[in-house]
Amino acid sequence: METLLIIIVGILGVIAITQAVRVFELSAAVKGEDGADNENVTDKDNRNQGMLLLIFMVLLLGGFIAMVIGYKDTLLPVSASEHGVNVDNLWDISMWLIIVVFFITQPILFYFGYKFSGRKDRKAVYMEHNNRLEFIWTIVPAVVLAGLIIYGLSTWSNIMNPVLDENEDPMIVEIYAKQFAWTARYSGEDNQLGYANVRMIGGTNTLGVDPDDAASLDDVITTELHLPVNKPVLFKFRSQDVIHSAYMPHFRLQMNCVPGTKTQFMLTPTMTTEEMRVDPEMQAKVSRVNEIRGERGDEAWQFDYILLCNKICGSAHYNMQMKVVVESEEEYNKWMSEQKSFAELL
Amino acid sequence: MATHEAHDHHHEQSFVEKYVFSQDHKMIAKQFLITGMIMGIIGVGMSMLFRLQLAWPDHSFPILETLLGKWAPDGVMDPNIYLALVTIHGTIMVFFVLTAGLSGTFSNLLIPLQIGARDMASGFINMLSYWFFFGSSIVMVISLFVESGPASAGWTVYPPLSALPQAIPGSGLGMTLWLVSMSLFIVSSLLGALNYIVTVLNLRTKGMSMTRLPLTIWAFFVTAILGVLSFPVLFSAALLLIFDRSMGTSFYLSDIMVAGELLSNQGGSPVLYQHLFWFLGHPEVYIILLPALGITSEVISTNARKPIFGYRAMVGSILAIAFLSFIVWGHHMFVTGMNPFLGSVFTFTTLLIAIPSAVKAFNYITTLWKGNLRLTPAMLFSIGLVSTFITGGLTGLILGDSALDINVHDTYFVVAHFHIVMGLSAIFGMFAGVYHWFPKMFGRRMIKSLGYVHFWVTFVTAYGVFFPMHFLGMAGLPRRYYTNTSFPMFDDLADINVMVSIFAIVGGIAQLVFIFNFFYSATRGKRASMNPWKSNTLEWTTPVEHIHGNWPGEIPEVHRWAYDYSKPGMEDDFVPQTVPIRENEVETGH
Ligand code: HEM
Ligand SMILES: [Cu+2]
Ligand SMILES: [Cu+2]
Repeated sequence: METLLIIIVGILGVIAITQAVRVFELSAAVKGEDGADNENVTDKDNRNQGMLLLIFMVLLLGGFIAMVIGYKDTLLPVSASEHGVNVDNLWDISMWLIIVVFFITQPILFYFGYKFSGRKDRKAVYMEHNNRLEFIWTIVPAVVLAGLIIYGLSTWSNIMNPVLDENEDPMIVEIYAKQFAWTARYSGEDNQLGYANVRMIGGTNTLGVDPDDAASLDDVITTELHLPVNKPVLFKFRSQDVIHSAYMPHFRLQMNCVPGTKTQFMLTPTMTTEEMRVDPEMQAKVSRVNEIRGERGDEAWQFDYILLCNKICGSAHYNMQMKVVVESEEEYNKWMSEQKSFAELL
Repeated sequence: MATHEAHDHHHEQSFVEKYVFSQDHKMIAKQFLITGMIMGIIGVGMSMLFRLQLAWPDHSFPILETLLGKWAPDGVMDPNIYLALVTIHGTIMVFFVLTAGLSGTFSNLLIPLQIGARDMASGFINMLSYWFFFGSSIVMVISLFVESGPASAGWTVYPPLSALPQAIPGSGLGMTLWLVSMSLFIVSSLLGALNYIVTVLNLRTKGMSMTRLPLTIWAFFVTAILGVLSFPVLFSAALLLIFDRSMGTSFYLSDIMVAGELLSNQGGSPVLYQHLFWFLGHPEVYIILLPALGITSEVISTNARKPIFGYRAMVGSILAIAFLSFIVWGHHMFVTGMNPFLGSVFTFTTLLIAIPSAVKAFNYITTLWKGNLRLTPAMLFSIGLVSTFITGGLTGLILGDSALDINVHDTYFVVAHFHIVMGLSAIFGMFAGVYHWFPKMFGRRMIKSLGYVHFWVTFVTAYGVFFPMHFLGMAGLPRRYYTNTSFPMFDDLADINVMVSIFAIVGGIAQLVFIFNFFYSATRGKRASMNPWKSNTLEWTTPVEHIHGNWPGEIPEVHRWAYDYSKPGMEDDFVPQTVPIRENEVETGH
């Protein structure tokens, strides 16, 4: 209601301004102030508008700082994966760089708008180009970018082709997407996923796993994703219908699930769910969220990692999610031993 | 009309020939502008509706039921119509407003006038271009009313979602109409672009060498080349999608079971579509942006009363941006599972674009330095454009970096980025163009003070809408979500969403000020003089009353570049291009 009122006031405000300006224009015309100068702006206009540019600059930079402070607790917490830490470092460096450039160029732009606002008695300087200056501001960005590119590419290739210890085989887990639910399939003892194809879907075999493939029988199909901490996992992504995207923001992980092909991503989670719950940043976020939920009368929230769909996939795209639990190896083994294998499911 | 009759060597034009099936570039420009504005009202209106949903998800708004009928029972939007609104909003803003509305208007208006031509190379093709656009707009609007709803797979219409009516209702008839509309649009765009290219190459007046072309013309020219090279690829993408949808082919489909039904398609790749789409899609963002930058160059130089700084570098950076824009499309596809090496290549080429973009930004700023700035509404919008171009361009450095894109791809960070760098910059460029060339288009002046009000409300609310979205994205909020309430981790973003929506609604309503000013001034505004901004370019040597053929007598000859403002030794602070070089004038190489 309150907000509706604000909107109505907004509309009325605009109408009022429009009318006021009309009256002002007309009366100025009557008084004859309006002459040939209306087409071009007057010195007074220039002064006023220049001033406004300067005020806007302060608002823009001030607003930016206010948002950084105000929204700090809403942002994602520290990365809970090995590669995520490198992503965050690269992020921080890039962010600082662009913030510095932002804080240099925007003030200059608006300040010039103010400082050089026109006067009848002044003339602009005639300056068409300056090779030295132009050379500098081509080369400086080029050098900075070269650094950024090299750093970025090495981070990217480390994520996409991670180097593992020799005796350390990643655990293979399939993430299966369909409208509008996620399923996980663990590869079992043999660490090999059985062959699967949509054409074999039927009855309890909802993922189309080939029952005649020996590798299938020990596969384990679950609707929650549990992962042992500090163990590399190689996810294989599959989709049954349209493109989905498996997004686990806390691990800085995202990969599309594309019908007809398999995609993959390697992850090593480094923080258990419990550890993340006691992280101070996370606690600040949770208490804020629960304050809001309390006001609304919703039940309190306890943090969990989450897998959400991040590619438009249909009407319930906004609610396609799976709970993710990172736990110690013992807890994981215990949970796993309670799950049914594919053979048992059939 | 005396001048008109003097020149009119052919028969009197009927009403239909003059205002409807006109072949005069100035009239066609107005047709593009007004059609674009109507589409703009629809597109922005839609964004206000879905912003209501995002800020107040469970609230009942009777207006929604009035407007959307069965799609908003009891005033609460249905998820399908939310996706449809977002899709059509994106399509309309990108193609109808900022491609046809922007290029169509200003390329048509300015190319013949600024290069000194009597009209486009082919008036007839030019007319066809408009009418294809008109047809395309009509089909798009009709698609809003079909039973199963308009296209709702996002403006990028990725298959399989867009190919399968079983997957989402909007992929039924609505999607068919979307594809028909876009096909007409592409035809329009190609006809227009070919005409612009031929005109610029062949019809320049005596003395108008390529290096004396105003930067507006350079921008329109390169934009047209981009369009000719990229739109056919979108056409083929759409055609294959049409085949997959209605003829059982499998270009994009393979191994699919949807809504319990196993499809027979096999062997296709949905990612192929994305390659084809973005091969157009990325150049498309420059098709939108370059004309706006061209307009800004002209407006800033004229109103700073200073030559545009580094003309050659400006032309060079337009060409560099245009070339690079063809080899960066993969940055939209980093997480599709593409070969990581390919991802590296696209990161490399993408970040390179920052260099010519930075050159442009620095050159604009330097043009202001020690100028004698006339802060007209057009000039303010241009300064606004430089600001949003910088802000949005900077976050491009993050998104272009494949390692960083992993975590913000398809989040609100992207929505913030592209709205600021492409949406706002281009809209500001378009407004700057309208305020600046209004006297040329309609022979009348716009009301200055309303222009100021319009600029400030728009500028403040535009930043207010899109700046906070960066933070939403950094909190991990995905785009194209009907509501964020399914995830407690997003509950603390609700306030931000409310603030954004209020800015959006106020900003949207403020456009009424512009619309009033536009139509009022076009019909009843005060008469404009011939060269109101004391500008150098040729369009201001044509009579205020439009005549067919533009100049009553001979086409003027050009003796200098377009940017001799405040040249030392000259009595005025501007020297039109038609003024011959004086004997003792300082040579500047143009
Ligand atoms: C009143 C001004 C505008 C507002 C409030 C607004 C708001 C939004 C929002 C909230 C979305 C949805 C994001 C999502 O769920 O993915 C969106 C999508 C989009 N907007 Fe705007 N927008 C505005 C103007 C523009 C302009 C000027 C453009 C021109 C480029 C534009 C182009 C798009 C595109 C391409 C999409 C993506 C559609 C899709 O996801 O398929 N918008 N807009
Ligand atoms: Cu989805
Ligand atoms: Cu792109």
